[in-house]
Amino acid sequence: MYPQELLYTKEHEWIRVHESTGTIGITDHAQKELGDIVFVELPQVGDQVTMKEAFGTIESVKAVSDLFSPVSGEVTSVNAKLQNAPELINSDPHGEAWLIKVKLTDRGQTEGLMTAEEYEAYVQEAAAH
Amino acid sequence: MATVPSVALKRTALHAVHKALGARMVEFGGWEMPMEYSGIIQEHVAVRTCAGLFDVSHMGQIEVSGPQALALLQYVTSNDVSKLRIGQAQYSALMYPQGSAVDDCLVHRLGDEHYFLCVNASNTDPDFDWLLKNNSVGAEVRNVSSDYSLVAVQGPKAAAIVSKVTEATLADIDYYCFCRTTCCGARGILARTGYTGEDGFEFYFPVAASERVWNSLMEAGGDEGLIPAGLGARNTLRLEAGMALYGHELDEETTLLEAGLGRICRFEKGQFLGREALLKQRQEGVRRKLVGFEMTDRTIARDGYAVWVEGKQAGRVSSGSFAPFLKKNVGMAYLPPEFTNVGREVSIEVRGRMAPAHLVPLPFYKRRR
Repeated sequence: MYPQELLYTKEHEWIRVHESTGTIGITDHAQKELGDIVFVELPQVGDQVTMKEAFGTIESVKAVSDLFSPVSGEVTSVNAKLQNAPELINSDPHGEAWLIKVKLTDRGQTEGLMTAEEYEAYVQEAAAH
Repeated sequence: MATVPSVALKRTALHAVHKALGARMVEFGGWEMPMEYSGIIQEHVAVRTCAGLFDVSHMGQIEVSGPQALALLQYVTSNDVSKLRIGQAQYSALMYPQGSAVDDCLVHRLGDEHYFLCVNASNTDPDFDWLLKNNSVGAEVRNVSSDYSLVAVQGPKAAAIVSKVTEATLADIDYYCFCRTTCCGARGILARTGYTGEDGFEFYFPVAASERVWNSLMEAGGDEGLIPAGLGARNTLRLEAGMALYGHELDEETTLLEAGLGRICRFEKGQFLGREALLKQRQEGVRRKLVGFEMTDRTIARDGYAVWVEGKQAGRVSSGSFAPFLKKNVGMAYLPPEFTNVGREVSIEVRGRMAPAHLVPLPFYKRRR
């Protein structure tokens, strides 16, 4: 269910690292929890994001939530499609609906993140409580 | 995200049905209720264009009967109960002496001396206590909430669907009227009422028949596009329709006049709780008034956000959301009366930023009849 090539945070974001670039999104579990997503507020290219700090907000019909960055770095790309089609996050959270790409400051920051198996276990454990 | 409740939540008789349908369950007013099934937007749009089926069995029912029933209800509620014919219902409020509402409710007249109140789930016990406390005339008051399940079929196709499963002639039931009839094989009260801004029915019936009634309605509505709808859509539907939700637009501090509910303050009926306070306020003017607003940009205002007018914080958002049918970001707020003219530009403080909004008339949505 959760793609093997991604790494995951406890706040339900994912990151795909390729060389020094990280692509960041929210997980399928997160989009299900949020429900219909109607707006996403993202940083601009050139902005700095910081590991474990909010870099934007995501709004569903019923609630607003912060988006937390898995890593520190400079934003190199923002998914422009989401401005007019935020519902893509519901339909393809691990693929087409990535949020931002960042140039990583420190690749070592990804070491504390969860693998797909670890994240799946984490979500299941949370659901059991 | 989800919080672990400290006390066991109550469940309706349709709990297993909701789970089987894959509903997201949430805590609401002490109950574990379905928030959404297929998604709030789809459910909301279905109710506006077709029909939705809601389990609202968490709502409370209180019967008031006996020779003093009318006297008690005239005293504790703001609307004029003497105007009700048998088979008719009215929107009203259980009142505090200060002109605010203990709860808002529907009062149905079942018989000569027999009335049936439908109240908010989390207020059922306080409402019942308040009725007993003010019952100096000696009416019979019974909390019958656990006897009834309540489902709502709402939407332009509601009458076509319900007509397949009831012996009642729906054309004879006007808006805010009801009859005692059989529906889906269960005897109950079928009322043309709702909380969505659409035509529709609410059916009160014995708990034991819950699954049969739900399944029969789903079967009858399948061809018409009826889908189950949760509390999420119920909230956005009532917001579009400009209807108050207790705990948001109404509370112990807010008078009915401030909430724009002067139409249910029937001063001419004689004494009732809150009458003097409301008359005084009508004469002196209200301190704040409920308004509707629409966001000018794409920001969504949420409950509790501050509203700024002319550089000062002037009030707060009572309910705010994306409106799925109108596809606009709307909300209601309380503002001083001098700032409540339609078209006025205001700012909503959203996470430390000022987002532009403008005042619009309520309701945001009105169905074509």
